[in-house]
Amino acid sequence: MTGASRPFADDPRSMRPVLVEGARIVDPSRGLDATGSLLAKDGRIVACGSEVSGQGAPEGTDRIDGSGLTLMPGLVDARVFIGEPGGEHLETIRTASLAAASGGVTSIVTMPDTNPVIDDVAIAEFVMRTARETAVVNVFPSAAMTKGLAGGEMTEIGLLKDAGVCAFTDGRNSIADPALLRRIMTYAKDFDALVMHSTQDARLTGRGVMNEGLFASWLGLPGAPAEAEIIPLERDLRLAALTGGRYHAAELSLAESAEVLRTAKRRGSNVSGGVSINHLSLNENDIGEYRTYFRLSPPLRGEDDRRGLIAAIADGTIDVVHSAHDPHDADGKRRPFTEADSGAIGLETLLSAALRLHHSGDLPLLRLIETMTSAPARLLGLDRGTLKPDRPADFILVDLDEPFLFDETMIRSKSKNTVFENARFQGRVMQTFVGGRKVHDARAGS
Amino acid sequence: MSIFERASDRRHLLGINGLKPHEIVDLLDRAENAVAVSRRPDKKNSVLKGRTQINLFFEASTRTQASFEIAGKRLGADVMNMSVANSSVKKGETLIDTAMTLNAMQPDILIVRHHSAGAVALLSQKVACSVVNAGDGQHEHPTQALLDALTIRRHKGPDFHQLTVVICGDVLHSRVARSNILLLNALGARVRVVAPSTLLPRGIEQMGVEIVHDMRAGLKDADVVMMLRLQRERMEGAFVPSVREYFRYFGLDAEKLRHARPDALVMHPGPMNRGVEIASDVADGPQSVIEEQVEMGVAVRMAVIESLIGWPGDNR
Repeated sequence: MTGASRPFADDPRSMRPVLVEGARIVDPSRGLDATGSLLAKDGRIVACGSEVSGQGAPEGTDRIDGSGLTLMPGLVDARVFIGEPGGEHLETIRTASLAAASGGVTSIVTMPDTNPVIDDVAIAEFVMRTARETAVVNVFPSAAMTKGLAGGEMTEIGLLKDAGVCAFTDGRNSIADPALLRRIMTYAKDFDALVMHSTQDARLTGRGVMNEGLFASWLGLPGAPAEAEIIPLERDLRLAALTGGRYHAAELSLAESAEVLRTAKRRGSNVSGGVSINHLSLNENDIGEYRTYFRLSPPLRGEDDRRGLIAAIADGTIDVVHSAHDPHDADGKRRPFTEADSGAIGLETLLSAALRLHHSGDLPLLRLIETMTSAPARLLGLDRGTLKPDRPADFILVDLDEPFLFDETMIRSKSKNTVFENARFQGRVMQTFVGGRKVHDARAGS
Repeated sequence: MSIFERASDRRHLLGINGLKPHEIVDLLDRAENAVAVSRRPDKKNSVLKGRTQINLFFEASTRTQASFEIAGKRLGADVMNMSVANSSVKKGETLIDTAMTLNAMQPDILIVRHHSAGAVALLSQKVACSVVNAGDGQHEHPTQALLDALTIRRHKGPDFHQLTVVICGDVLHSRVARSNILLLNALGARVRVVAPSTLLPRGIEQMGVEIVHDMRAGLKDADVVMMLRLQRERMEGAFVPSVREYFRYFGLDAEKLRHARPDALVMHPGPMNRGVEIASDVADGPQSVIEEQVEMGVAVRMAVIESLIGWPGDNR
């Protein structure tokens, strides 16, 4: 993978080999769910599976007893907002990477909504260089598809892709001009570049700050109607069919959106969809009495939508589950609801929150993990999210059953705006490895 | 002398939502006493002697602020008005900083109006004194609903179950409408809203009201007609096409009023747009109780303030 940034610049061959024995291995890229072992050497996976034994491990290998633990590929988080450059007081690339490591996320795809905007090669290279020097997980920047995220002029898609940018998106913004979006998708196709688009019509949303409906009406808060998401989504899917480009609906929040995407996939379009763990875990009622930490964009919707989105993951309509990690400080959140910042952090809680859907029986474990590993890796063209031999040794050891209370002291992110404060989780990341190097150990408190 | 006997266990009045019917009735009973006090030549008593009331208005208001000020003074409190719309907030101070600053001055009660829904509740979490919501965005305006109920009760008696109350106009943007819908439902009245669909919130049909778009039909059997103010910026094509079209279909004039019961009360929370939502002859006519609403406003606010901080033994 061109431009993939590795944690630390030192020579992976200086690392000791790692052997994990007797773990439950869950590797959706091979449909594998079996007890077995994994051997990693020189930063890469040598072998992984039930047929692997410790016999062939070289001298000096670190042996880890995996019994009682589940071994899976490190997560690939396809939608992460960070503060660097420009908002380092909210989050740096390093602090985001530490949060990621503690949550079992070994690759993060960063959004271009920074200051300056990641819309040219020099800024993308700055992010990759900073990541190489400071981050403990892999950082894959996406770049803006319009200059300055202004929705006017196309960015240098070819040059950016060659520099290592994995996808093109206007981050939180939706492009209003359909002709421009059509040209971007047409042009991007020549470079096999993925367009990831947020589908929220700014004008139809208006001043809306939560899901439009009875609950918003009682609270006296302006609502964002469902149609503000569905109309641009339907438009985009038509343009994807027209252009034949690779299109990812970045942020779906409605059961109806999933239905629209399902129809487009049936027609054979090269399209995919993503949903944040927040929209799979919460609904509009969680806002309660104006709790601004639950102000998100798109807004939390009704319980029927949450159920519909889960069903759409089960049947393969929605491909990717991400954290939508979006750091904001207390100043931005301790305000009246209509004036508060929108967004929540989520790198640390992505897996634990997702495992609720496994424990509740809503989603099979393999399918659930696939949406956070091999599925985003495939879409983004990353050689990650798998335990296949010769791939980078990004893997995690998870205790699927360990209960814990997520409190503020556990937050590694520089910002504390979590929607899961004091949540009770079952399932905890015990160890995280990136390129064969241990970057997180829950027992060591690192 | 204390007007009220029972101590209140409620520290704030943030909305009608959450008040039980007997609490509403209790407040109305207390307000009835305050009406009598206010009609005496010597209107002042000393229940709140030594107490400090701060009126904190983030949104300009003349009548509500004056009403709260008079209410506090008649109870003997020291009342201070802070119009924040043109002071520290313009200098970038956040709501919470303003709240902390005022809290440090040890007030006993804050009366707060803010342009954002939920802002008064947020502020109440950060201060040690009682807080009254004097209107927060499009959310609630509880003392307005209480004064409307008091006005209605004085004319129609205590049993609201027999009453049909029609709320007309810009329900979408109205905190007065939300508080009134809650209160009138709590007391068992039949509530109907009359408005063009562009001025109704989503989910209105689940808010315990009937919805009628034709005003003449909507006024049938009405015991009370409550008109709502239509903001100027909303009349010129954004929500309705023009003032004259709005007045034609949704303005209350003598002809439309004839469709209500002959003894129907005409109410308006003020300030009125004469010739927009209400015709002058109706506003000033025999069925209008609009001025009485203003009087009841002072009484209701006296009742609210005293029930929150005016009981013996509250020596915070």
